[in-house]
Amino acid sequence: MADSTTETAVYLCTGCPLGCRLEVDAVAGDVIEVRGHTCKRGERYGRQEYLDPRRPLSTTVWVRGARVARLPVRSAESVPRDRLVEVAEALRGVCVDAPVRRGQVVLADVAGTGVDVIASRSLEPVG
Amino acid sequence: MTISAEPRHLDARYDVLVVGAGPAGMAAAIGAREMGADSVLLVDRERDPGGILLQCIHSGFGLHAFKEEITGPEYAERFFEQVLDHEVDVLTDAFVMDVTAERRVKLMSPSVGVTTVDAGAVVLAMGARERTRGAIHIPGDRPSGVMTAGLAQKMVNLEGYLPGRRAVILGSGDIGLIMARRLTLEGVEVVGVFELLAHPSGLGRNIVQCLEDFDIPLHLSTTVVGIHGRDRLERLTVAPVDDQRQPLMDRAWDVDCDTLLLSIGLIPDAELARDLGARMDPLTGGPMVSSTMETSLPGVFAAGNVVHVNDLADWVSQEARVAGEAAGALSTGRMRPLEDIRLLPGDNVGYVVPHTISSDHTQTVSFRVRKPIYGDTQLRLGEVHRRKLKAAVPAEMITIKVGPHLLEGFTGDALRVDAVPFDAEADAPSDAVGGER
Ligand SMILES: Cc1cc2nc3c(=O)[nH]c(=O)nc-3n(C[C@H](O)[C@H](O)[C@H](O)COP(=O)(O)OP(=O)(O)OC[C@H]3O[C@@H](n4cnc5c(N)ncnc54)[C@H](O)[C@@H]3O)c2cc1C
Ligand code: SF4
Repeated sequence: MADSTTETAVYLCTGCPLGCRLEVDAVAGDVIEVRGHTCKRGERYGRQEYLDPRRPLSTTVWVRGARVARLPVRSAESVPRDRLVEVAEALRGVCVDAPVRRGQVVLADVAGTGVDVIASRSLEPVG
Repeated sequence: MTISAEPRHLDARYDVLVVGAGPAGMAAAIGAREMGADSVLLVDRERDPGGILLQCIHSGFGLHAFKEEITGPEYAERFFEQVLDHEVDVLTDAFVMDVTAERRVKLMSPSVGVTTVDAGAVVLAMGARERTRGAIHIPGDRPSGVMTAGLAQKMVNLEGYLPGRRAVILGSGDIGLIMARRLTLEGVEVVGVFELLAHPSGLGRNIVQCLEDFDIPLHLSTTVVGIHGRDRLERLTVAPVDDQRQPLMDRAWDVDCDTLLLSIGLIPDAELARDLGARMDPLTGGPMVSSTMETSLPGVFAAGNVVHVNDLADWVSQEARVAGEAAGALSTGRMRPLEDIRLLPGDNVGYVVPHTISSDHTQTVSFRVRKPIYGDTQLRLGEVHRRKLKAAVPAEMITIKVGPHLLEGFTGDALRVDAVPFDAEADAPSDAVGGER
């Protein structure tokens, strides 16, 4: 880390569709100021994005005995950005049986991230 | 709570009949019940209610409607639970074939055959469909592997198969961006996104989260000029374009891929409205509507993507609720508000919805700019309202709340909506007739 020189990172806030342009000032790895946000969420986003960028993950898994072939699932919280592909891969072989309730945990602690993956949709069994 | 949708029974007459059970139709049905309609029927041609939301498995929905960011299927399910709580009759697997100006609705379904239902009011909420290859005339072969991004989304997210192994996306609309990420997560190689315009047409957040996060290149001012492959797509020729959007063929190059997804925009699925003789807006491709979302045909309302393509399902729900409430109110014999002010798209405004407003109540006016302004933007509603925006891009719909207080002293019959760079505004001679601070 550079000593006491201020480093400025620029991000587009993804907190909402407005997409504010954030400037995050950091000194020696510590965020000292976030600028450009329109709301508090943006400030939090800027700080987080600098320190530990995370993203929500959505994908699908196989479901047996329902009217559709795939069950949409998502991470209950955001996962580290750099592990998105790994997390999606960990879910690729997963298959659940109908019925499924929305919010039901499909895979706990996915890929050791400490984050659970939950169902985004309820599916009734068929037949 | 069960979410299976069988009508308890199908009556011959309903106070309000809603065509399409996407976010628009669901919100309209709820609104109609809340405004006193005794019987409401919600019809959809698909097996499950939810519309396009069921295949939009990414999060980004619900920030306004539920104050949290959820996925499309969750948004649909939560809304549908409210629909059932409001004792709306739901008929899925039923295709609406025809609606008449007398509000006779002809529908067809395996469970009831071809049936006619009379309605006190009808809300059209059929959504939008994607533009296909025919809309852009790319020369070359017609191999398989070329499809719309939304179709690929349905394939991957509902049916569980991948469109190919190596994909290119043409058009930087949100659906294409979202599919770039989706395919990457499923192990498909996404070679790049090509956009004819000099600016992306999708939201900035999707550029970051769907492309930059995965190092997927976005080629602006570049387009596909050739499609090659006998049975299956094998290769594309792409080329940069000049200011006139003409391809610079001497700088063209080839890209190997087996899949081309088109994300070149949506158009309202408004056939029913057109056949019905509703006055259409050539700018949106949807019917013209009043501030309560009533079309030019009394008692026929429209809301959601069938009127204009929205970027947020939350806005769709809000707008459709207005339509449903007005339909419900009308069916109980209440008067409609006096609508006597027309809205016209002015400088740099692509379209405005609704097409008329009333000084009797507060309404939301939505519009899109034609060209992006990346900086302070002056928004004007005739001489009655001005607002400064941080930026204005076509990807994002802009809304203005227009209440009676704004229209108090206004005696004209039309208001223009303009969105211009702020500086130009300051330089422009003021033609204000007073009343403006
Ligand atoms: C790929 C994609 C990604 C999106 N991402 C986001 C996002 O991240 N966040 C967000 O907020 N919004 C997003 N949107 C936008 C949002 O989903 C739409 O604006 C919204 O779904 C439109 O709602 P609607 O009810 O008007 O139309 P739809 O959801 O399309 O619903 C229309 C319904 O009408 C039915 N129908 C049509 N014709 C007939 C007929 N003749 N008879 C019977 N039924 C009929 C259809 O089956 C369908 O169920 C996205 C949209 C798409 C396509
Ligand atoms: S700062 Fe706030 S308003 Fe701006 S994009 Fe982020 S969440 Fe949206």
